[in-house]
Amino acid sequence: MSLNSNIPSGPLSDKWTEHKFNLKLVNPANKRKFTIIVVGTGLAGASAAASLAELGYNVLNFCFQDTPRRAHSIAAQGGINAAKNYPNDGDSVHRLFYDTIKGGDFRAREANVHRLAEVSNNIIDQCVAQGVPFAREYGGLLDNRSFGGAQVSRTFYARGQTGQQLLLGAYSALMKEVGKGSVKLFPRREMMELVLVDGVARGIIIRNLVTGQLESYAGDAVILATGGYSNAYFLSTNAMGCNVTAAWRAHKKGAFFANPCYTQIHPTCIPVHGDYQSKLTLMSESLRNDGRVWVPKQKGDKRSPASIPEADRDYYLERKYPSFGNLVPRDLASRNAKTVCDEGRGVGSTGLAVYLDFADSIKRLGHKVIQERYGNLFEMYERITGSDPFKEPMMIYPALHYTMGGLWVDYNLMSTIPGLHVLGEANFSDHGANRLGASALMQGLADGYFVIPYTVGHYLASQPIPKIDTSHPAFKAAELETSTRISQLLSIKGKRTVDDFHRELGMLLWDKCGMGRTEEGLQEALVKIPQIREEFWQNVTVTGSEGELNQTLERAGRVADFLEFAEVLVTDALHRKESCGGHFREESQTPEGEALRQDDTFCYVGAWEFKGVGQAPVLHKEPLTFEAVSLSQRSYK
Amino acid sequence: MNETLHLTLKVWRQKDGHSKGHFETYKADNIDSHASFLEMLDVVNDRLAIQGIEPIAFDHDCREGICGACGAVINGRAHGPMSRTTLCQLHMRNFNNNDTIVIEPFRAKALPVVKDLVVDRSGFDRILSKGGFVSVRTGGTPDANATPIAKTKADLAMDAAQCIGCAACVAACPNAAAMLFVSAKVSHLALLPQGEVEKKERVTNMVAQMDQEGFGNCSNEYLCEAACPKGISITNIARMNRQYLASSVIPA
Repeated sequence: MSLNSNIPSGPLSDKWTEHKFNLKLVNPANKRKFTIIVVGTGLAGASAAASLAELGYNVLNFCFQDTPRRAHSIAAQGGINAAKNYPNDGDSVHRLFYDTIKGGDFRAREANVHRLAEVSNNIIDQCVAQGVPFAREYGGLLDNRSFGGAQVSRTFYARGQTGQQLLLGAYSALMKEVGKGSVKLFPRREMMELVLVDGVARGIIIRNLVTGQLESYAGDAVILATGGYSNAYFLSTNAMGCNVTAAWRAHKKGAFFANPCYTQIHPTCIPVHGDYQSKLTLMSESLRNDGRVWVPKQKGDKRSPASIPEADRDYYLERKYPSFGNLVPRDLASRNAKTVCDEGRGVGSTGLAVYLDFADSIKRLGHKVIQERYGNLFEMYERITGSDPFKEPMMIYPALHYTMGGLWVDYNLMSTIPGLHVLGEANFSDHGANRLGASALMQGLADGYFVIPYTVGHYLASQPIPKIDTSHPAFKAAELETSTRISQLLSIKGKRTVDDFHRELGMLLWDKCGMGRTEEGLQEALVKIPQIREEFWQNVTVTGSEGELNQTLERAGRVADFLEFAEVLVTDALHRKESCGGHFREESQTPEGEALRQDDTFCYVGAWEFKGVGQAPVLHKEPLTFEAVSLSQRSYK
Repeated sequence: MNETLHLTLKVWRQKDGHSKGHFETYKADNIDSHASFLEMLDVVNDRLAIQGIEPIAFDHDCREGICGACGAVINGRAHGPMSRTTLCQLHMRNFNNNDTIVIEPFRAKALPVVKDLVVDRSGFDRILSKGGFVSVRTGGTPDANATPIAKTKADLAMDAAQCIGCAACVAACPNAAAMLFVSAKVSHLALLPQGEVEKKERVTNMVAQMDQEGFGNCSNEYLCEAACPKGISITNIARMNRQYLASSVIPA
């Protein structure tokens, strides 16, 4: 099968406008005849569900949390980008487009990224109209700050809780529709299976997490907005419940998985400090606006930070990248932290940390300004570590944070399964090999508010969609498949806990497929993953029963899927012998140790087709062509 | 400094919403003082699972104090002894060796227990579906800078908007009132020009739903404010009461 990205022809800046005109419409009276299933209630899912319901569709919206407001978008701290150019510092749609393409190391589609930049301004307007309390200046207008990978201030923010406020905005729009009855909400429900009828996505099987019952839902289109797969690594900044299950189930039914090796390791997280940890905490990248990153110049310098004089400190980001300094993109900041720690210059009890120091900014701007900008982040840091960043520098280290890869989608956000659309972090579309800060919120809301409402209508109007309901045999078959898997998990009664397996897989991936990847290490991981998976299915213990709230069973199902998914992740990393963005192959670097792309060989999207558990997936390539930008070695010097 | 704690836990166990609950006692030995409260429960749960005992069910997700999923009553206080701290951000260094810790679910008629420490907070969603929004549609909105908003107002709105919907306020209140929660949303939107248009219907409808859910009324105990992990101020309740009164006298 060949991949058709359906990118419209014409000049880049006209593509989306032209495309919207060419998309088929569903007339208002007919919209109510269609049912759309939306899985996930984060920024992408909630905004899509609300917007589609406003248009008149019947929407069924599912989430595994007890309420839609808890989806992990809520934890995004720093901000959301838009090309408003309010600060008059030279921003434009084209510049936001260019920065995002370059930030992604030229591995994203030009047309998608341009559309993202175009609708970015509408998102800010929409959110303000909903009552999102963005930070304002004394004149009453919106404030902006700068973020990694950009030299303009284009980031809108709500203290250190931008994700929370944007999600509560989308959630309020969703609840408005729930109140009207146009969205039916199903919390504490986890998607277990995608149902295909005649090769088309027509429904889902979910498990009611309170009663344990399996339930079937049929619809005319299915939308997955189920987030990323960072938790494959066990330790990540993702919420505990984040998982790949919905995407993986869709993959097994025929949706290609694109660029899984593009994972983002965020440079500013609180370092690991004990083996009981199951989750790492991110400190917003916005801290790099005013914090300076450094380590001692000398290996093994164990003095307290305050007693290390300026002359003995290495502000390595400012030294190596004078024009971007502490605000280099995330992949560079992370890799450089790893390098100095590998050199033995890391700090803290484990030696796996670097300082993020606010002393200069506090001197320059005063305690009050810093308190206002980062107060809640400092508080959070102190609560976790017991140390006050006003008094001593923070210690930070990189951690898995976001995944750029995801289910392959075309320009209309439809996967290789007709009718199955994928939004937000769950798709692969806009960030290439590395995502810039404050772009995830932008993409989630762009997809949900401003793209899918147009494209799903086109899908529904383009072909006859036969009426079916859940009595169709495909639903019974999928339900049976799910209940068999659940019974199997419960019947093993082995000796190792679910978390124990998850931790083993995560450590392996972090070691072999983390910040630096080698042919040898990846090969090794490909041998070990099936062994862990095999032991899992023989020796895991899952307590409790099927017909009740059973959190161990929930986790077991998710880990079982991570254990299958990990193979395609590593296979992708192994095949892509170049370095680009978050994917750093040690064999492919410049003499200065920067990621070296190989555009002649690897300038394509790698989309994988499932062939069976333990079978090698098949690679399909979607070539990337660049018309508006010329490919260059990224430089932030 | 790292310290190792040996604790005794008295934990509420309840099979489901229909069964009767009871306290079980568990030993929690060798707990690192740097662990968070939920990490401590993870360790205990892992040990239970190995013995074939069903782990303690509790809601949790982000573990960064922002999603609002976690929460339990620890030694009689919602989210435990630290002020402005969700349970996931409470760390074991705040406890002493050989402590006995009593862990119960949030208790209120309108927050029925689902299992162990997990409660049903869907009433909050139903309240918000009656008015916790500005009735704008996607698209067609004016430029974000078209309406200036005084920074002081915007900051007050943000203070109220920080609510994470955890329900600690209800658990802390002797009347099991949800007024801090409801008033935070009413205030957030009423303080902004965008929310001004619908403010009367909003407060009337949300309060009606709040009553229907079985939440109690405010008698100025201030316990909700003390328990709130986000420091939502009780002045929001006063603002809501004023608005409620105004909209009863001159309805929308």
